[in-house]
Amino acid sequence: MPVTHKTLVKSKQGSNAQSQQKPLAAKTAKVVSKKKDEDDGTEIGEGGDEWMHGKTLIKPPDQLDLTEAELKEEFTRILTANNPHAPQNIVRYSFKERSYKPISSVDQLAVHFFLEGNLLHRDSDEARRQKAKQGLPDEKATVVTETEDEKLETPLQAAGGEEAGDVEEGGGEDGAHSVDSKTGKKEQKLTNQFNFSERASQTLNNPLRERGCQTEPPPRASFSATANQWEIYDVYLEEMQKQEKNKEKAKAVPKKEDDKGKKKLTLVETQSDDLTKVAKVAKIIERMVNQNTFDDIAQDFRYFEDASDEFREQEGTLLPLWKFQYDQAKRLSVTALCWNQSYKDLFAVGLGSYDFTKQGRGMLVFYSLKNSTYPEYNYPTTSGILCLDIHPDRPYLVAVGFYDGCVAVYNLKEERPEPVYKSSSKSGKHTDPVWQVRWQKDDMDNHQNFFSVSSDGRVVSWTLVKSELVFTDIIKLSLVGAVSEGPEGVPPPTMACGTSFDFHKQINYLFLVGTEEGKIHKCSKAYSSQFLETYDAHNMAVDAVKWNQFHPKVFISCSSDWTVKIWDHTIRTPVFIFDLNAAVGDVAWSPYSSTVFAAVTADGKVHVFDLGINKYEAICQQPVVAKKKTKLTHIEFNPVYPIIIVGDDRGYVTSLKLSPNLRSKPKEKKGQELPRGPEVEIAKMEKLLSLLREPENSKA
Amino acid sequence: MCAEVEETLKRIQTHKGVIGTIVVNAEGIPIRTTLDNSTTVQYAGLLHQLTMKARSTVRDIDPQNDLTFLRIRSKKHEIMVAPDKEYMLIVIQNPSE
Repeated sequence: MPVTHKTLVKSKQGSNAQSQQKPLAAKTAKVVSKKKDEDDGTEIGEGGDEWMHGKTLIKPPDQLDLTEAELKEEFTRILTANNPHAPQNIVRYSFKERSYKPISSVDQLAVHFFLEGNLLHRDSDEARRQKAKQGLPDEKATVVTETEDEKLETPLQAAGGEEAGDVEEGGGEDGAHSVDSKTGKKEQKLTNQFNFSERASQTLNNPLRERGCQTEPPPRASFSATANQWEIYDVYLEEMQKQEKNKEKAKAVPKKEDDKGKKKLTLVETQSDDLTKVAKVAKIIERMVNQNTFDDIAQDFRYFEDASDEFREQEGTLLPLWKFQYDQAKRLSVTALCWNQSYKDLFAVGLGSYDFTKQGRGMLVFYSLKNSTYPEYNYPTTSGILCLDIHPDRPYLVAVGFYDGCVAVYNLKEERPEPVYKSSSKSGKHTDPVWQVRWQKDDMDNHQNFFSVSSDGRVVSWTLVKSELVFTDIIKLSLVGAVSEGPEGVPPPTMACGTSFDFHKQINYLFLVGTEEGKIHKCSKAYSSQFLETYDAHNMAVDAVKWNQFHPKVFISCSSDWTVKIWDHTIRTPVFIFDLNAAVGDVAWSPYSSTVFAAVTADGKVHVFDLGINKYEAICQQPVVAKKKTKLTHIEFNPVYPIIIVGDDRGYVTSLKLSPNLRSKPKEKKGQELPRGPEVEIAKMEKLLSLLREPENSKA
Repeated sequence: MCAEVEETLKRIQTHKGVIGTIVVNAEGIPIRTTLDNSTTVQYAGLLHQLTMKARSTVRDIDPQNDLTFLRIRSKKHEIMVAPDKEYMLIVIQNPSE
């Protein structure tokens, strides 16, 4: 029976007996009365009838006997809220006093039932926090709950008043709640705590697939370059060339054929072996290697000056330098030598044979001083070469005269071993060996032309017209004085055999021809049948005739009759005669002095004369070849360097350096600057000649 | 044309005092040699770089100029290099022989 005890117990007044009764007295009046009644009832159950009759107090046997005064004593019973089961005499040990002390107050609370709930006070912190979190959802929820409440309310109202109290209560409560929710709408939606359902749905999660594709990485190449000044320059040059090419293409429309030809050439080049591009480099290397091997010669060539010349008075020496020989040219003799005017280290050697019986092949060989072991160019020919000349302006054109009477022109720029032009029997070739060829200046139509002289007595001019050689007979040499009928021989014109000729350096049309009979004819290009003059020069064939480089009147001639003669072309007799004790093969004027000349003889000696120093004797007579039986056939001075080349009949070419004495210049007068140039040379020669003329004049 | 070059190279090789010849292409790879492999590779690599440097020097000073050849004379012998646009020729010669 859930009865709250509110009793005040006056414990002090209690006695044992009363204490026994206290549990009885602790009850409420009603209860006491009832219990007493019950007790009474139980105790006197049998006496129920007695109860009915009236109260008669029956004393229990162990009841205390108390006086009436004591019985009438009022005892106050107080209801207290104390817990009857709570201990009243709890004693605690106090460490302070080291004794047991009773506790003054004892907890009187008795818990009958305990249940933990989940309600939060609205204004508590936690509630506020939750409200804040559910701020929006609360509003929605409240809206939802509102509608729900409304729905609820309607069915509730529709349900009627069966359970009026409860329904109304429920409705009231709902209504209260809805009111609350409505009020909360303005602030925050509150979720309906009782009839709230959260609807959520889980959508199907699409399975994740990873898709990737790998592309091929772009090709990579590492590039590095330097940007130097010269690289920039190169690029600019290329650009310029391209632009120029474009301009040319724009202009030269009719020249398409040439371009096509060039294209073909380029195609061929790319197909050829890679090694061809090494050619240039290989050449350089070869020269370098040779330079090393012949280092001392190269140094001599450049720097050596014979110091002993100071002690030798007027004589000079020739220092042998390089020796040029070609394997395949053995047994051929050097028949012609010519220096190249543009490339001062390049010279041409014509190889053939002077021997009438031993006629065979020939060769045209070009040597450079930079490489003495192997020729720069070489052209084998079917017939022996007898003469050659390099064009003064176009150093790649070489005119060659053969023993079989042909003339040919070689172009060094072209690769092929055949000549560019060659005369044939149809085109007026000579019938006898061609002894001399000479280039002339370009004619009016800018064609190159050259002259040739041969033993058949004709002096022919050849013109290079496009791809042909056109010949023109300039003069026919006829024997002078042999036939009594005169030079213009109608009767059997025995032709003289021309063996050499030379053109005047300044006067273009004037030239000299030496013949086999020993005569020298002075001719002009203008006159085809008549000579301007004839000199009785030698007893044997005139091997060489050469105009002086400086003096316009002087020329020199040499012959196998052992003599060398110097002439003034105005005088019919020679000015100087030198006897060299052997057949003279060739004679040449020096390019640096008008009074110096050199001659080679069949006994292997080179004679150098300087008329300014010694009018009667050579200032140098030197054997040049090892074997004494070799005949020297040709000699040429280098236009720039103080060297001479000498060819012999074994096919060797020897180069020699002239010692200072041979190159002497006239001494300077004190205080006067020496005038240089051709005038000086001319003057020198003139002086010489005048000396000679005077006695002649005086004689005459 | 090719035969001529071959002949020239042959002549160089048989020339007095020449120890060896190497033909190197533009990338510094030897394509022809008369020496053994390791020596060739060494020479080619080193001299290629040196030639490039020398050429660069010459052209830096004057871009219109160009290197013609390079000689390195040492105690024992002389190394000669002739560079070209596409190829380079190296010759080792003992000049005193």
